[in-house]
Amino acid sequence: MNFLRQSLAIAGKDLRSELRSKETVNASLSFALVILLLFSFAFDPGSEQVHEIAGGLLWLVFAFAGTLILNRSFARELVNDCLDALISSPASGAQLFFGKCLANYVLLVVVESACLPVFVIFYNSHWPRQWLLLFLVMLLGTWGITVIGTLFSAMTVNLRLRELMLPTLIYPMLIPALMGAIRLSTLILAGEPIGADDQIWFRLLVAFDIIFTILTLALVEIVLVG
Amino acid sequence: MTAVAIQGVWKFYGDYPALKDISLSVNPGSCLALIGRNGAGKTTLLRILAGLSKTAKGSITILGQDARDENTRRRIGVLGHGIGVYEELSAFENLRLFAKLYGIADPQKIASEWLERTGLERVRDGLVREFSRGMRQRLAVARTFLHNPSVLLLDEPFTALDDRAIAVLQDLLKTALAEGRTIIMSTHQLREALELATGVALINRGKLAFTGPRTREMLEDPAWLYRNYGEA
Repeated sequence: MNFLRQSLAIAGKDLRSELRSKETVNASLSFALVILLLFSFAFDPGSEQVHEIAGGLLWLVFAFAGTLILNRSFARELVNDCLDALISSPASGAQLFFGKCLANYVLLVVVESACLPVFVIFYNSHWPRQWLLLFLVMLLGTWGITVIGTLFSAMTVNLRLRELMLPTLIYPMLIPALMGAIRLSTLILAGEPIGADDQIWFRLLVAFDIIFTILTLALVEIVLVG
Repeated sequence: MTAVAIQGVWKFYGDYPALKDISLSVNPGSCLALIGRNGAGKTTLLRILAGLSKTAKGSITILGQDARDENTRRRIGVLGHGIGVYEELSAFENLRLFAKLYGIADPQKIASEWLERTGLERVRDGLVREFSRGMRQRLAVARTFLHNPSVLLLDEPFTALDDRAIAVLQDLLKTALAEGRTIIMSTHQLREALELATGVALINRGKLAFTGPRTREMLEDPAWLYRNYGEA
């Protein structure tokens, strides 16, 4: 209970700061919309080929836009040495990390939810009948991006090239989660049912989220203090 | 039991030894002035004490426990080079956040009390980004003291403070000492620090060059220590 209370305090602080500055959400959302627009020029939106790669396009946008939010997650703590103040408080590294994950997750889901209708319009898609299922895939895939991205955001926070290092480090780690999310999203956007064979991608996403949540919570103290 | 016990501590940055076999102990209710030139290792030692960095060798206990222990951190207050408060939050929100992190039962009440004690109640809902430097420093002091820490670790606390913030801090430090709290502060402002200090430790290029009680000659001539124990 105490774990959650401390984490919620951190998440609330991050969300309140973001609500006031809007620096990362605005940047991430604008970036996502620009990529969606560029992709719509690069591929013929009405073609059959685009429907086959729709899930991939969508998740590329989510992954690119997400790194902008994740990059700022720990970088914002460098101003006034706030990270030191947090680490020297009784809140554990895991509590700080989980709080940051919760805040990043909310911000990523907000940006993705804003991108989804734009994607449907740009690519002449229909609003998927299984939209609830698509939302579930979005939530599962985004949690994977969030935990991995937040951990690496903490690891790279003191690097001069952190804006470059974060995507370089997290995309290879995210391949299993992205594969699952892309495959399921493509099926849902095409209006096809999720068959028994494809259930494995759901299980992969859930397993990825659970394993990496536990791993990152266990490792973050070492990342923050050494 | 000593409040802070440092035993044979070494710290390396790459191959460079920032601290070389530092051993010292600080008794409860005393104030240790940690002095030395820039780059001597004062901040490194304070960061290790605050649980922000780990030793390469040696051990540190604060109030008999490890520095990274949750209970230890609940009992120490850290004021570093940065003020450790958020620009996008109000003064009240900053203090309430840290009161929550320190597990204080009524965070709102404590936050309001400390805003009043540091003379910031008028700007309670103002965002820190709009504050003057002095107001920020007073808020940082409030953040450091709000959980009633038994051990205070202060890294150059008087640097860049305005007169009012110096008065607030000196008053709080004197009260803390009178209440039996332990203070370790690194400083270049020898006169202010030596007035409060009960003991002095001089670090010279990562090595402890002198440790002992503060004497009358140090107070009368703050450069005395450097002349006798500092590097040439």
